[in-house]
Amino acid sequence: MRILIEGGRVIDPANNVDDVLDVLIEDGRIAALGAQRTARGAPPPDRVLDARGKIVCPGFVDLHVHLREPGREDVETIATGTRAAARGGFTSICAMPNTSPVNDNQSVTEFVLDRARKEGAVNVFPVGAITKGQKGEELAEIGELVGAGCVAISDDGMPVMNAEIMRRALEYASMFGIPVIQHAEDMHMTGKGSMHEGLVSTELGIRGIPAASEAIIVARDILLAELTGSHYHVAHVSTAEAIHLIREAKAKGLHVTCEVTPHHFAITDEAVRSFSTNTKMSPPLRSTRHVEAVKAALKDGTIDAIATDHAPHTIQEKEVEFDYAANGIIGLETAFGLGMTVLVEEEVLTLNELIARLTCDPARIFNLSKGTLSVGADADVTIVDPTREWVVDVRKFASKSRNSPFDGWKLRGEVLATIAGGKVVWQLEG
Amino acid sequence: MAIGWKRKDLLGIQDLSVDEINLILDTAVSMKEIASRDIKKVPTLRGKTIINLFYEPSTRTRTSFEIAGKWMSADVINISASSSSVVKGESLKDTGLTLQAMHPDVVVIRHEAAGAPHILAGLIKASVINAGDGAHEHPTQALLDLFTIRERRGTLAGLKAAIVGDILHSRVARSNIFGMQKMGMQVRVSGPATMLPRYLEQLGVEVFGRIEPAIADVDIIMMLRVQLERQAAGLFPTLREYSKLFGLNLDRLKAAKRDVLIMHPGPINRGVEIAPEVADGPYSLILNQVENGLAIRMALLYLLAGGQAATNN
Repeated sequence: MRILIEGGRVIDPANNVDDVLDVLIEDGRIAALGAQRTARGAPPPDRVLDARGKIVCPGFVDLHVHLREPGREDVETIATGTRAAARGGFTSICAMPNTSPVNDNQSVTEFVLDRARKEGAVNVFPVGAITKGQKGEELAEIGELVGAGCVAISDDGMPVMNAEIMRRALEYASMFGIPVIQHAEDMHMTGKGSMHEGLVSTELGIRGIPAASEAIIVARDILLAELTGSHYHVAHVSTAEAIHLIREAKAKGLHVTCEVTPHHFAITDEAVRSFSTNTKMSPPLRSTRHVEAVKAALKDGTIDAIATDHAPHTIQEKEVEFDYAANGIIGLETAFGLGMTVLVEEEVLTLNELIARLTCDPARIFNLSKGTLSVGADADVTIVDPTREWVVDVRKFASKSRNSPFDGWKLRGEVLATIAGGKVVWQLEG
Repeated sequence: MAIGWKRKDLLGIQDLSVDEINLILDTAVSMKEIASRDIKKVPTLRGKTIINLFYEPSTRTRTSFEIAGKWMSADVINISASSSSVVKGESLKDTGLTLQAMHPDVVVIRHEAAGAPHILAGLIKASVINAGDGAHEHPTQALLDLFTIRERRGTLAGLKAAIVGDILHSRVARSNIFGMQKMGMQVRVSGPATMLPRYLEQLGVEVFGRIEPAIADVDIIMMLRVQLERQAAGLFPTLREYSKLFGLNLDRLKAAKRDVLIMHPGPINRGVEIAPEVADGPYSLILNQVENGLAIRMALLYLLAGGQAATNN
């Protein structure tokens, strides 16, 4: 199978490429970049995608996705979650371990990878649990998890509260060269809180989660990263204080990285005034001061990657009182549009920087051989129109779930086609 | 009247305009006249159905709505969560839609979760009155408090009030802060630092760590109930110490204005946040508050259920 993507502006930050080029895909790999039509003696392609006036870039890499399978196939499956990824331009996604059963042993990892091979539309990289059952007590069989294909470990949703366990996890993981991902939150401080503690929570009388709840764990973990020399990765960073600590740690030369979600740069806790449960997530939407800090950190590179924390939930888990609602929103199908509309339009990032935060930057920090259009690389390619306007309509989503606060938003920047492993897995009609 | 009533629901004081608050207070004046008659029944809301949907225990608010509705000849039905389908796990949405199918005109809801009345209001055609949602708002309490103060002082603008106690968990405090400020009053709060939510200053509220300076030159002292469960949550060491530091007793009252008005939304903990001599003393408006609650709730039911002119019958 030969696919020719013709006439697009190719942006490949990994190779510092930004030029109008054809991209030739052959047998699932990037075969050549350049003027292909005119290449002498080249056999004709099986399929030609016209990308004139469009952007051709590496397929996006999402470090933080909840596919819910096994266990909650009613809200998402590997089949539907990977199709949602394809629709959002993502060709590689990291699947969080808080499934049922938890991905804390190699048989669950093998199941996820097997399902992904058979039914997945894009590449799935499982993330194993740090501790057995994500209970924060005993280390999971991390060696076997890595052997089976896990690319990182995390107790996502449940922070590792015990500093001693966290220290040992960092040390142990360093043997395999994988990052330890922390959902940074002091659960004692969070308590029964369900939104950011600030002026809005004071007015609404909703129990607040202080910014310090995140920063305290990040501060502790950075000390542990220094002690162990291991790779520490902060999931969905959301506060100015945590960002400040990460910036300092990086300046010191520690192996500390982090990601941010689109909702933490696109909306503030003011959205909670609607009492819409699609504004409830963990960590919570923060106030303007924190959102500004997130943007500044994206700009200066303190934040390495944009990751969605795609978290599907059923309607009945969300159509309840705010305090009782499940945490989280789906994000795969709105990430690029939000990045363009919020970050590029507001000149926080250039288009090329946004693409880097979605491709080579996340791939680099998790050691994935993805996020590049180098000749010989896997043919994971995304074609986008950075100026096309569209209105978010959750009913059209490929995800099984509909819990997005962005329904009805007008966004600029749409994914037109997604190619994973040389196969076209998404193409926008019309 | 300067304006008519246009809202379907009464969800909170924060969304109300000064004109709307005045309209409710003025309407309540005529309602209080009805409540003072020998025979209190008027046909204003005949044929209207009011449902009291209470997810939390309540004596005064539920009874007050029930009596207000009955005096105006509405049919009033009481549902408490402990004896309804809620214990079978029915969601607020399904309970709301089920009640809607029975065509009530007004649903009065009390719920432990902030925003529950707002969710219900979006689901059903009936008017929704918030009778207290979590620590968010208790608008009818604030309205009856404003009514009581205005009745005593003739005006609201320019008065100073101190609200003392567990501000963090108090919907009464929030609704009164919003309402008093809208009506031109100055609001102070005082309580243990653990029970004062942050950012209150940004709302224009003066915050006092100690009760004495907070009550020194105010026109109204509003004491809030302190709940024992907050002790378990680590917010204060003992009721004894709480009372010692923040209880309103005769000794502390000496430093207040001579004609200061004492208020409390009830139920009171005698000897904890308020000494019996203060609660029963000459400046206590605690029972006036309860009485005026009837007039306020009659006024709201009248405005929301669109009854005929009450005073002419």
